Amino acid sequence: MKVTMWGVRGSIPSPGPRTVRYGGNTTCIEVRSDDDNLIILDAGTGIFPLAQTLLARLPITANIFITHTHWDHIQGLPFFVPLYIPGNTVRIHGAYDLVSMQGIEQVMNVQMQYSYFPIREAELRAGVEYETLTVGNPVSVGDATVTPVLLNHPVPNLGYRVACNGRSMFFTGDHEPWTNIYPPDDPEHANYQAMIDHRYTELYAALGELDLLICDTAYTLAEYPPKIGWGHGSFDHAINLAQRIGAKRLICTHHEPTRSDDELERVFAEAMSRHPEPGCEVMLGREGLEILL
Amino acid sequence: MPQLTLELERKLTTAVERMPAFPKSVQVILEMTRDINCLPRNLVGVIEKDPVMTIKILRVINSAYYGLPNKITSVGQSVVYLGINTIKNLALSFAAVGILPRFNTTGFDIQRYLLHSLSVASIARLLCEKHARAEADPGDCYIAGLLHDFGKVVFAQFMVGEFMKALAITVDCGKPLYEAEIEVIGADHAFVGALLAKKWKFAEPLVNCIRDHHATDAAPSAMLDCLRMADAICRKLAFGDSGNPWREVELASLPTRFGENIETVITALGDLQKIVNDAQAFAQIGTEK
Repeated sequence: MKVTMWGVRGSIPSPGPRTVRYGGNTTCIEVRSDDDNLIILDAGTGIFPLAQTLLARLPITANIFITHTHWDHIQGLPFFVPLYIPGNTVRIHGAYDLVSMQGIEQVMNVQMQYSYFPIREAELRAGVEYETLTVGNPVSVGDATVTPVLLNHPVPNLGYRVACNGRSMFFTGDHEPWTNIYPPDDPEHANYQAMIDHRYTELYAALGELDLLICDTAYTLAEYPPKIGWGHGSFDHAINLAQRIGAKRLICTHHEPTRSDDELERVFAEAMSRHPEPGCEVMLGREGLEILL
Repeated sequence: MPQLTLELERKLTTAVERMPAFPKSVQVILEMTRDINCLPRNLVGVIEKDPVMTIKILRVINSAYYGLPNKITSVGQSVVYLGINTIKNLALSFAAVGILPRFNTTGFDIQRYLLHSLSVASIARLLCEKHARAEADPGDCYIAGLLHDFGKVVFAQFMVGEFMKALAITVDCGKPLYEAEIEVIGADHAFVGALLAKKWKFAEPLVNCIRDHHATDAAPSAMLDCLRMADAICRKLAFGDSGNPWREVELASLPTRFGENIETVITALGDLQKIVNDAQAFAQIGTEK
């Protein structure tokens, strides 16, 4: 498997001289299976430069897996050029949305309303298929398997485990560690904590034996407390998770849009100083980063 | 065996999806959610007092898309899986449907119904905590109490003529309401409530409790015992009104695990006034003209 990062920024694209080393595009990860099947995790603005590289290899079959439908994870989708070229097949997978009570098919028709985008969904020329996923049910993509895992974010967020010939990686999408909504002296605290502990048991089981974990690390440890409930984790959360599950490598992503490259390296170094022996290789995600598994 | 046509079953299922919630929870949720930092535990505290909101949340979280290995049986557990913001927005979407009117044309008083359901829920939880902790989950007993009579609201909202007739038979002939419902509708509120709960893939023990809460010959379980005793206590002490008054003849069929007789069980539970006061505050009894 080969994993390539095309967008590592959270919330909003952040181009400019301050972010040129790590990149300003929002979330998009390309995964190529051993047989070269194309899996794309999230369709933030990073999917646009990825699309440019695909134009030389048409026709293509792209299997896009959306972690959740917040803008920074879908905004590049209408700019995924293979959608407009006959002969390509684009399969879009994602979660059922509880609030709108619609499947992942809404991801295109919401974005391609005529007031907001000049081309209508009906005018796409590729074969477009939608598959609303069931949590825990694996999807086969050629020689690879993609398994959705329900994580913790303000909308249902699916993390994806991609496995191929004995190697595996997991991308969290946006995820915040679970916290107890009851203070310790509340009678409901223990019961709620037991439910959280159960969720962790489920998570650790789903994330066993990973060669690579790509994890939401939006915040520093100090930034996190006032942002509890916003749906993102910290560098320290991610390192602890990688240690707990025994991941071989950890890539930190979803960088804060206001964080310059220098600041990003500084806060990362600070976090690493708190974990002198993380037990795995830990690195910052950047556009163009390629990992062979 | 009660009979319900497939068409009626379909009608009731879709009707409940459009069912408005109770006035107090709608009002409090609209107020609370104006503050982006509203406390999650306060939000849960409101939602889990409203049978309609609770049902709608359990329905979506237990839907096939989430393929959860174990059934979700409480609002708190739903928050752990979906996150508080999703639950908040779900509650807001339920609130946007409107509010249940206090009285509809059947004359069924939903405020007194809610007072009954909340009191049964809290007392069922208390009974479980005191007597059956090892066999059942107190939170599950609470939900069973909250939802056991849900079928009545469905009848009152969507089978107005038939439910009016059943209520009249209860008053005129002194028959239990569930018998009158079977006579008029062909199925009682317990059957319809359980049918919907099963359709929405609620946990089996909860479905069984809703179905069997009037069935004296049902297979006993700790959860069902807590529910039936709590229901009897609330009807005996007239905590709210489920349209089905207490009858001394029911004494013989009550579970015996809680004490010698219903009076000793009530005494052993201690002061129940706080439970009633909390339920009254939520059900708004006496505040509406």
